[in-house]
Amino acid sequence: MLRKLTVLAAAVGLAFVATSALAASTKEEPVAPSAPWSFDGPFGTYDQAQLQRGYKVYREVCSSCHSMNLLAFRNLGDKGGPFWDPKYKSSVENGYVKAIAKDYQIADIDRDTGDAIKRPGTPADHFVAPFANEAAARASNGGALPPDMSLLARAREGGPDYIYSIVTGYHPAPAGLTVPAGKFYNPYMQGDLSSFWKGDPNKVPVGGFIAMPPPLADGKVSFDDKSPSDLKAEARDVSAFLMWAADPKMEERKQTGLAVMIFLLVFSGILYASYRTLWRNIDHH
Amino acid sequence: MTAHTTYEPKTAIERWLDTRLPIVRLGAEVLEFPTPKNLNYWWTFGGILSFCLATQIVTGIVLAMHYQAGGASAFLSVEQGIMRDVNYGWLIRGIHANGASMFFIAVYIHMFRGMYYGSYKAPRELLWLLGCVIYLLMMATAFMGYVLPWGQMSFWGAKVITNLLGAFPIIGKPITTLLWGGFAVDDPTLNRFFSLHYLLPFLIAAVVALHIWALHVPGNNNPTGVEVKSKADTVPFHPYYTVKDGFAIGVFLILFAVFIFYEPDALGHADNFIAANPLVTPAHIVPEWYFLPFYAILRAIPDKLSGVIAMFGAIAMLFALPWLNTSKVKSMRYRPTSKVYFLVFVVVCLILGWCGAQLPDDAVIPALGKTGINLIDSDLNSYVWLSRIATAYYFAYFLLITPILGLRETPLPVPDSISKPVLAGEAAKKD
Ligand code: HEC
Ligand code: HEM
Repeated sequence: MLRKLTVLAAAVGLAFVATSALAASTKEEPVAPSAPWSFDGPFGTYDQAQLQRGYKVYREVCSSCHSMNLLAFRNLGDKGGPFWDPKYKSSVENGYVKAIAKDYQIADIDRDTGDAIKRPGTPADHFVAPFANEAAARASNGGALPPDMSLLARAREGGPDYIYSIVTGYHPAPAGLTVPAGKFYNPYMQGDLSSFWKGDPNKVPVGGFIAMPPPLADGKVSFDDKSPSDLKAEARDVSAFLMWAADPKMEERKQTGLAVMIFLLVFSGILYASYRTLWRNIDHH
Repeated sequence: MTAHTTYEPKTAIERWLDTRLPIVRLGAEVLEFPTPKNLNYWWTFGGILSFCLATQIVTGIVLAMHYQAGGASAFLSVEQGIMRDVNYGWLIRGIHANGASMFFIAVYIHMFRGMYYGSYKAPRELLWLLGCVIYLLMMATAFMGYVLPWGQMSFWGAKVITNLLGAFPIIGKPITTLLWGGFAVDDPTLNRFFSLHYLLPFLIAAVVALHIWALHVPGNNNPTGVEVKSKADTVPFHPYYTVKDGFAIGVFLILFAVFIFYEPDALGHADNFIAANPLVTPAHIVPEWYFLPFYAILRAIPDKLSGVIAMFGAIAMLFALPWLNTSKVKSMRYRPTSKVYFLVFVVVCLILGWCGAQLPDDAVIPALGKTGINLIDSDLNSYVWLSRIATAYYFAYFLLITPILGLRETPLPVPDSISKPVLAGEAAKKD
């Protein structure tokens, strides 16, 4: 029996190791993790106060360049979201969300005249992109495109740690490195700096150039809950918010997972017991 | 199928059916099918695979209710619609996307099992060939499915793989044009991939039916590789193997659930969270993990056309296997030398998978640096060279090792029957 279990464990183990090893594909740039996050691990959840602060950083700083097209204002009030409030049956009734939406002017068509108009936003409207189109975004950012932030935390290896590292990781360029105009040296950015490097060819600095000026600094955003607003705290909060934006169903997923796991363990246990009972009198070796 | 059922139509409707379309009898035959009593857990993957196919079809049909094929709408319908707005859309997609990986884990184990125990040898050649057809169809289905969310890796993966076919002289170009529905990967490509992605799983289901039919004629192989001699060697499939397979599916589901609920992105690629953009090439284009060994073989060959031929050849080897194995003994349990070569073969496949995910020119042992031995196009300490060595073993295993060993190896004594081990010590020795 033990042998069978070992074989089974080996099969599952082998499959697991093989797949996770193969999945870890690309070589990563160095990452200065900001972990631990409140959402780490199988029981981790988002910290609502942190999401609210992170939203404020996004709103006041990042949103002037980065869009967040997949999110509607109502998502902010969804269960687990920054402004979720069990008092409201639905996120579109959430007063806070309504107030946030109303601050935006949304392009629309007047139903009577057909004229292009602007009207105050409602919770059902989507976040408003800072630029009309890609060309406009590039034109305002020295040719570089600020990526949409809806999925940024899942679209990069390292996720929130990567975002945190980029935002806090700006460094004066090492002597011998020529930084092109409008670019900044960042050791966490992907790239190959060898053609900009005058020093020892075996010691090319890690990292790359980024067209985004350092977006955050100590005290750039002041938080309503009086929590610290140094560079690191701001970066941590906005990274957590972006993780939520990219994976808003994480809490629901982990909660469902727990129930499913318990069920599967019991279910497999019962099946195993049935199997043993059934085969008791069969000599099957 | 041989009649081996005690089924007696009892009700009037069953009697009526039995002389017209004996479908209840068929069900009874399948359930009572005499199955060797010594099957180990490696034999549970057939049931697991059927479960995987059903899961992909059910979740796929629900996804298709919400999915919109089209360059402008596909990414949004998945990442905004299914993942955020559709109730439990994240779950359905999580099952479907990770389910494809689980399907391949199971099929690879199932195939290695067949190779180890010689399940492809007479009279099961056709059973094995049908299995290879299923595997081919699975690869086509998964490849086209991965294109559907229309992320960066979807788009660029589709482009790289379809371009490979262009390497064939004369027929290459027309085939790619046909696949693309134009002169580049674009909306028409996505639409036809969706259509085919919907179709192929049902073809797979049909081939699975043939596969099981072809199984029920000779019956299951078993760990001894000795054919069933008498009723004493078997038990009815139900309840003995329904329960055992059920338990195995339960354990498999636990692993599956770990991915769905706790590591939903682990088997995917971060770049696929970026909408497809034909103007921005990702830094590193890699296919899904289950294609990586073939990708490594492709890149191991410096010439594009030869690489493509080698890649397809690697799959063709599987089809030829029943005629490459010259051994009289099926199971490697009694072939100690073959067992070693086989285990090396499994490791070589894993190494090829590993190489497929790396940049070809990167050093395998970084600490060693460049060896300075530059062969053909790359330093010896590089993944491309590791791939070449592994590719050589892969083909040698099929074309040299398997036929030669079958003739030269002296197998251990093989038991007379499943219930009667040949030596006293044999009952205790299990592998
Ligand atoms: C002045 C405009 C501007 C602001 C404000 C801004 N960004 Fe950026 N950001 C950019 C541009 C432009 C890029 C693209 C850089 C490149 O490709 O070189 C970028 C890129 C990034 C990247 C790197 C993405 C990658 O490609 O890997 C991250 C992470 C990022 N921004 C985070 C933030 C965060 C967090 C904030 C708010 C705290 C923010 N940005 C505010 C313009 C801006
Ligand atoms: C052999 C069975 C199948 C396999 C191996 C398979 C594989 C895949 C894969 C790998 C993806 C991409 C997942 C992702 O990254 O999102 C996908 C997507 C998709 N599949 Fe399938 N599939 C199968 C059957 C089906 C069937 C039967 C249908 C429909 C009836 C279907 C409908 C879809 C749809 C609509 C998508 C796009 C949505 C999405 O990307 O999540 N699939 N499939």
